[in-house]
Amino acid sequence: MELWFTEAHTKNVRFSVRVDQQIFTKKSDFQRIDIFDSSEFGKMLVLDGCVMLTEKDEFIYHEMISHVPMSVNLNAKRILVIGGGDGGTVRELLRYPSIEHIDLVEIDEEVVIACTKYLPNITVGLSDPRLTLHFADGLKFVRHCYNEYDLIIVDSTDPFGPGEGLFTKEFYGNCFKALTDDGIMVNQHESPFYAKDAEAMQRAHKRIVESFPVSKVYQLHIPTYPSGHWLFGFAAKGKHPIKDADFAAWKKLGITTRYYNPNLHIASFALPTYVQELLEEEEP
Amino acid sequence: MKYLSQDQAPVMEALQKMKTARLVPFDVPGHKRGRGNAALTDFLGARCLDVDVNSMKMLDNLCHPVSVIKDAEILAAEAFGAKNAYFMVGGTTSAVQAMVLAAAKRGEKIIMPRNVHRSAINALILSGAIPVYVNPETDERLGISLGMKVTEVQRAIAENPDAKAILVNNPTYYGICSNLVAITKLAHDNNMLLLADEAHGTHLYFGDDLPVAAMRVGADMAAVSVHKSGGSLTQSSLLLTGENVDPGYMHQIINITQTTSGSYLLMVSLDISRRNLALNGKEIFAKVSDMAEYARNEINTLGDYYAYGEEIVNGDSIYDFDKTKLAVFTRPTGLAGVEVYDILRDEYDIQIEFGDIANCLAYVSVGDRPKDIERLVAALSEIRRNYRKDPTKMLKAEYIAPQVICPPQEAFYAEKETMPIKESAGRVAGEFVMCYPPGIPVLAPGEKITADIIDYIRYAKKKGCQMTGTVDMNVKNINVLREE
Repeated sequence: MELWFTEAHTKNVRFSVRVDQQIFTKKSDFQRIDIFDSSEFGKMLVLDGCVMLTEKDEFIYHEMISHVPMSVNLNAKRILVIGGGDGGTVRELLRYPSIEHIDLVEIDEEVVIACTKYLPNITVGLSDPRLTLHFADGLKFVRHCYNEYDLIIVDSTDPFGPGEGLFTKEFYGNCFKALTDDGIMVNQHESPFYAKDAEAMQRAHKRIVESFPVSKVYQLHIPTYPSGHWLFGFAAKGKHPIKDADFAAWKKLGITTRYYNPNLHIASFALPTYVQELLEEEEP
Repeated sequence: MKYLSQDQAPVMEALQKMKTARLVPFDVPGHKRGRGNAALTDFLGARCLDVDVNSMKMLDNLCHPVSVIKDAEILAAEAFGAKNAYFMVGGTTSAVQAMVLAAAKRGEKIIMPRNVHRSAINALILSGAIPVYVNPETDERLGISLGMKVTEVQRAIAENPDAKAILVNNPTYYGICSNLVAITKLAHDNNMLLLADEAHGTHLYFGDDLPVAAMRVGADMAAVSVHKSGGSLTQSSLLLTGENVDPGYMHQIINITQTTSGSYLLMVSLDISRRNLALNGKEIFAKVSDMAEYARNEINTLGDYYAYGEEIVNGDSIYDFDKTKLAVFTRPTGLAGVEVYDILRDEYDIQIEFGDIANCLAYVSVGDRPKDIERLVAALSEIRRNYRKDPTKMLKAEYIAPQVICPPQEAFYAEKETMPIKESAGRVAGEFVMCYPPGIPVLAPGEKITADIIDYIRYAKKKGCQMTGTVDMNVKNINVLREE
């Protein structure tokens, strides 16, 4: 018997993984949550039919979304993570002793419950005393915050579903307002490759450029995401993602990583020409 | 007699039956179930084109309903608490026109508030009836027209005992209700019909804890936009009538202006929506009220904005308030309502219903999701942070009492000449000027143009209100009555 999980990366492209077994499935108030076990990728978290993470490649996503901004502001003390109920981003952040407090705002409690049970290596940080978990709408949460956070990480799903509100101008504007003067916002920025993802990517860029004086995009390689080529956004009130990075100090912290390193940090902001062009189309 | 119940949808059931009959269509429409127009079928979907059909025996005929449309209308009448109901495919405009045409002939009077929709005054142009305007109170702070005071209606009746009907907005676009029970009694005590414009009132028939619906308190006719809060397709509407209105005569009136090719897409949408409202309306509108109430509370914590609710009820000119309406007073932010409306669309991808010079209105309905409400609130918060201005130079809207020089029909057909609006003070308008939406005329045919009105038009245009009504598409010139 063969059991395969298939995700439609586009209407015409499918990505399939042979599954050993389905470990969990539930329809929450917000989405369908599935966890599969596979020999190639280990356990996989799937939301509304889209792979969110696998045990094999999650380190790439979580290292790149947290160590890039942290290297730029090693003094970050108060952090807001929106989405990220799997705990991977928080796990990476908690490796910095300078961080005093993290608020994690996840809309779907069921995601946290399922991940805690079945993906304990990823959720390991969720019980840390420096962390407060909030089960709330991210857009609503950030609306009430003023000048509170040094870093906001938007670790969201795609803009088609519960994450929709996290790709809007009002959300980015509210994040700007919630950040301190040194503040940085990093966001899951979709992919430049397939048309539908590229459109979402351009839209997000347009809205961030309108809200932040500094708005850059960097790339990473995630084998289980559509096309494998993925982008994160780096937006700030003043800090530059490369000029303001303090790699010497970062190295002193002795944080071991498997994907991230200072050279890659710099290189990840060098984008393919077609991606640059897509982004420039949205810049004033 | 056939047994009918609210869980049925006779028009929908007949269309389903028709589909299985596999008829060979040698009748109109010429697209023949979409086969003749591939691009349209591709865009709208084959299931939609498949039921875009003409009247035929098994589907009844809207102009003279005897079978399935009649059954659907009987069910609608029952669901809305009316004696008779008529499916309307020309929008609520056609329902308002039918009410006015049925109630008053040429030269007869109808008492109405001045803040009626343009369709009511257009109906007067058609019929030649004469409006007797009751001054709706204006809320000084919000700058919106309110309801009719009972004493003002009494005065209008005393001065015009020969009037044939009273027309009431229930509610207004902004959710304001007059004392419908008292005004209905006044109308009936004085041998007048009570007509209700319920373009914004479908939900009043089904939700709990909402203002009263006209037919439930004895109104004689009501025009109900099912396509607004009721969820049917745009342009579909209901006309409801009571005991005092002869249904045969009503059909004749409706057929004067109604198409003989009534759309089954519109009719089936009325049928399915009626069924849904009858079966689930209570829960649906409880949810809508909760969402609107939540949004109101959140908006009122942002600062400057005022999303008004039931607290504005004053027992007379605001006899009741429809809490499903989410109107926001924006002037303290230094922004006109229409400016907020424009910024929401252009900068935040949020399309709201309309903005006037001091308020904007977001239409909350069964289709909304809590996360969309969060977006609206967040965007309003951002607009205040990024666009706030000094509010002291803002124009305060005041009710400008119309000076009716001649009836709308006479003015509309009179000899006219065109001139720039800014030079037209003192002349009599031969056409409408209004902001659309909301579509309440600033000037109606037959009314005197004053300096105040010209100022208002200039200010509304400057703020970005979409002005309509004049022959001149740029609304720079106006047709005025030729002076002797």
